[in-house]
Amino acid sequence: MAPDQNIPESSQPAKSEVTAAPQASQFLRVTSRADRTASSVFIMPSVLVVLLLAIFPLIISLYLSLSRFKFVKGGFEIKFVGLANFHKLFFGSEQKHFLGVLAVPSVVGWMVFGSVIGLLIYALFRGFIQRRFKARSLIGNILVFFFLTALIWLIIASLAPQGRPGTTVVTLLYVYIDIFIQYCIGLSLALLVTQQIRFRRFFRVIYLIPMMITPVGIAYMFRMLVDTDKGPFQPIWQALGLGLFSWVSNPWGARAAIMLGDIWQWTPFMFIVLLAAIEGQSVELLEAAYVDGSNRWQAFWHITFPQILPVTSTLVLIRMIEAFKIVDLPNIMTNGGPGTATESLTLQAFITWRSLDLGTSAAIAYTLLFLVTFIGISYVSLIRSRVAGEL
Amino acid sequence: MSKKFMLLFSLVLVGVLLLTACGPTPTPVVQTVEVPVEVVTTVEVPGEEVTVVETVVVTAAPEAKPYEGVELSILTFTGPQIAEPLQRRGPDFEALTGAKVNVVVVPFNELYQKILTDAATGTNSFDGWVFAPQWMVDFITPGYMEDLTERVNNDPSIQWDDIASFFRDFSATYGGKIYTIPLDGDFHMVYYRTDLLQEAGLNPPETWDDYLAVAKEFHGKDLNGDGDPDYGSCISKKRGAQAYWFITDFVASMAQSQGTGQGTFFKPDTMEPLVDNEAFRKAMELYKETGKYGPPDELNLDVGDTRGLFTSGRCALSMDWGDIGPLAIDPTTSTVQDKVGAVITPGSKTVLDWDTGKLVPCDETSCPYAINGVNHAPFAAYGGWSGGVNSAIDQLKKDAAYAFFAYMSAPEQANEDVTIGKTGFNPYRTSQFLNRQAWVEAGMSPTAASDYLGAIESSLASPNMVLDLRIPQNQRYQGVVLDTTVAQYLAGEIDLDTAVQQIYDGWQEITDELGREDQAAAYQGTLGVQK
Repeated sequence: MAPDQNIPESSQPAKSEVTAAPQASQFLRVTSRADRTASSVFIMPSVLVVLLLAIFPLIISLYLSLSRFKFVKGGFEIKFVGLANFHKLFFGSEQKHFLGVLAVPSVVGWMVFGSVIGLLIYALFRGFIQRRFKARSLIGNILVFFFLTALIWLIIASLAPQGRPGTTVVTLLYVYIDIFIQYCIGLSLALLVTQQIRFRRFFRVIYLIPMMITPVGIAYMFRMLVDTDKGPFQPIWQALGLGLFSWVSNPWGARAAIMLGDIWQWTPFMFIVLLAAIEGQSVELLEAAYVDGSNRWQAFWHITFPQILPVTSTLVLIRMIEAFKIVDLPNIMTNGGPGTATESLTLQAFITWRSLDLGTSAAIAYTLLFLVTFIGISYVSLIRSRVAGEL
Repeated sequence: MSKKFMLLFSLVLVGVLLLTACGPTPTPVVQTVEVPVEVVTTVEVPGEEVTVVETVVVTAAPEAKPYEGVELSILTFTGPQIAEPLQRRGPDFEALTGAKVNVVVVPFNELYQKILTDAATGTNSFDGWVFAPQWMVDFITPGYMEDLTERVNNDPSIQWDDIASFFRDFSATYGGKIYTIPLDGDFHMVYYRTDLLQEAGLNPPETWDDYLAVAKEFHGKDLNGDGDPDYGSCISKKRGAQAYWFITDFVASMAQSQGTGQGTFFKPDTMEPLVDNEAFRKAMELYKETGKYGPPDELNLDVGDTRGLFTSGRCALSMDWGDIGPLAIDPTTSTVQDKVGAVITPGSKTVLDWDTGKLVPCDETSCPYAINGVNHAPFAAYGGWSGGVNSAIDQLKKDAAYAFFAYMSAPEQANEDVTIGKTGFNPYRTSQFLNRQAWVEAGMSPTAASDYLGAIESSLASPNMVLDLRIPQNQRYQGVVLDTTVAQYLAGEIDLDTAVQQIYDGWQEITDELGREDQAAAYQGTLGVQK
C-alpha cells in the first residue's frame, strides 16, 4: 500500500492551498521512498558482514580450488589451472587416495547392491506416483537416484576383497556406522533414565560428560586406551599372550578404534535430545495403550517411536552434517594411519593443505561441501519430509 | 558535575594510557660515579716540569649488551629435543647480550608450512627458525632467508672451520652463500645391544640380511628382564612424522654405489625417479620385513617412541640419527648404559645397474667403494637442525638472531650440548669428534664413545655418502608422496607394484608441475655434477 493513500481526508489540500500541493507531494514521495528503502539500508551492514565472513571465503576457496599456489621470488603466485585439481582427485594421481581402489564385488556385494538399487527404484517410482507425475520432482528424484547409486557402488566396489576404500568411503563409514550406533545407544539410555529407577538424575548428568570434553582430549584419551604396549589394558593384553599383537595396526582395527571414540563422544548428544523427545510425548496415549493391554515393546514401537520420529529425523540430519567433518580423532589417534586407512576427507584436506598444495586441499573441501549438501538435500526430500508428512 | 568529572577523568586516563603505549622504550639507567683520576700531561714549557693533578668526572662503562631490549621469536618443532637447548640457553644469551629469546614450537609436520606461510603472508612473526636445511631452497628462492656469509666470515668466535665440511659446505650453504648455522649433525646409523650380541656370539650387522637375522634371533625374547617378550628391531614408521627418511637407507645401499655424485633419488639428466627397478623393490621388501620383528604398533611409532623403547631395553636393534648414543647414557631414563654399540648403516652385496634396472653382484667396477664386498651408502638424512634468519626483520634483530645461533653453535656451548641426549643435537664439529674425553665425562665408556663417534666419522668420511634431496619442494616429494605410499605399503593397503607406480607417478607429476629442466638443474647442482 502506498503511503499517500493513508493520508486522512482532512489533510487533503484545499483549492486555496493548491500552490503548496506540489511541494507536499514531493515531500511525501521522498519520505515514502525512504520508508521503502529503510529496511534494506538497515539490514545492509549485517548482510555485508555475512557476505564478508561467509560468502567471500567461499568464493576465494572456490578460486583456490581452480588454481595452483606457488612460491616465487618476492612472494607467491596463484595460477589459474581450471579443473586440474578436481581431475587429480577423480582421475589423476590422487584418485586411489580419494576414491579408493574399486574392484569387482563379491556375491554378497552384488546382492547388497541389487537390493539397495531395488529399494531406490521402488522409492523413485512411489515418489513419482505420489507427486502425480510432476516433471520437476521427477528430474530431482532421478538426479538423487543416480547420485545415490554411484555412491553405493563406490562403497561396495571399494569394500570388495580386492578393493580399498579411499577417504570418501572411510568418511561415509564413519558417518553412517557411528550415527546408527550412537542413535541405538542414545535411545536405549534415554528410555532407561525415563524409568523410575534410583539415581536417574545422577545418570543423566554422567551420560552427558563425554559431550563436555574437548574432542582433542577424547582423541588423546582413546589413543592411550587402545595402546596395547603402554596403555592401561597392557597387563590384560600381555596376560592373554597378545603382547606381540596390536589391533590398531590393522586398518579395520584402527577404523574401529576411531569409531569407538566418536561413538563415545557423540552418544550423549543423541541421548539428551531423545530424552527430551521421550519426556515430551503424550502420556495419555501410552496410558490408553497399557489399559488396552499392550506390552512395553508394543507401546514403544507403535506409540513412542512414531512420536519421536520427527525429532529423530532432525537429529540424524544434524549429526550427519557434523559427522562428515570428522578430523580430530583420526588426526590425533592414528594420524590417518596405518597407511591412509583412517583418513577422513577433512583430514585429507588438512594434510594436503599442510604440504601447501592449497588448490587440491580446496578441491577436496569443495567436494565434501557438495557431498554433504547433496546427501542432506536427498535426506530431507526422501526421508525427513516423508516422516514429517506422515505424522 | 559528576559527569564532567568522569569525562575529564576518562580523558586523562586515556591520555596516560596512550602515552604509556606509544612512548619510547625505556633506556637503561646509566649510573655516574665521581672518581679522582690522575692525569699526567707533558707540556713543553720553558722552566721546570710541572705535574698537574685535577679531579674529573667520568662515566663508568655499562656492561656491553648490544641487543638490550631486543626480543627474538625463534620457531622450531615441538620438543623436548631441539627446543630444549634453545630454551635452556636463551636466558644465558640474554644475560650476555640483552636479547630475550622466545622459543615457539609447532608439531614437526607443520613446521615447513608454518615458516613458509608466515613469511609469504608478510606476517613475519618469527625472527629465526631452527629447521631442516634441506628445505632452505624453498625459503631462499622467494627471498625469505638472510644471507649470513659476511657475518660468518667476520665472526671468529663461531670457529666455522671447526664445523665438519659436509655440514659447513653442503647443509649450511646454497649457491656459494651461507644461509644457516649448523646446530646438529645428522646421519642415520644402526644401534645394537652389545651385551645381547656378545652373548649370542653374533657380529653387528654389515648387510640388511645380517640385520634381519639378528632381529629374528632376538624377537619375542625378554631382553630387559621384565618378563615380557621384547622386539628384535625398532624403527620408527609413523606417517606424517620423521620416519620417511628410513626407506632411503635401504634403497641407497643398492641404488648408489659410484660415489656421492651419483645420487639415489632420480636419474640426474632426466629427473626420472629411480624407483621402478629391482633395487627399490628389494629395499621396500626388506624394510617391510623388519616390521615382522618390530613392536606390534610400529606403524604408529615416531622416533621419540623407538628411542624410548631402545633405551628401556626393549629392542635388540634400532635405526636412528645420532640421538640414541647420548640418550643411552642418561641414567634417569636408560636401562642400557654401556650396552649400546653403533655401526654405519648396513649395506648390500648386490647393487643396481642403472641401465638395466637389475641388481648385479658387487665387484671392483660396480662397487668401487665397497668394504669387504659390501656397498655401504650412509645417509645424511635431514642434514642436521640448523638456524636461519628471517630477511624481513630489522637489522638489529637480524644481528641478534644470528648472534643467538652463533652462540648456540660455538664450541663452548655446542660441545657440551651434543653429549646430552635430550638436546637432540648430534656431533657436527671436528672438535667434538677429537675430544673424546668430553663423552667419557658425560657418561660413555671409552669403548662406547669410540664406537659411537666412529660410526658417525666413518659415515662422514664415506665417499659414497648419500646426500638428502635438496631440490625445490623436496618436502612434497619425500614428506607427502614417498611418506604416504610407503605407509600404505607397510600397512598392507597397496602391493609393491602399486607402491612403485604411485611414487613414480607422484614424483613425475611434481617434476612436471615445477619444470623438469629447473628441477634437473637443481638436483645436479646439489650432487655437484658438472655438465
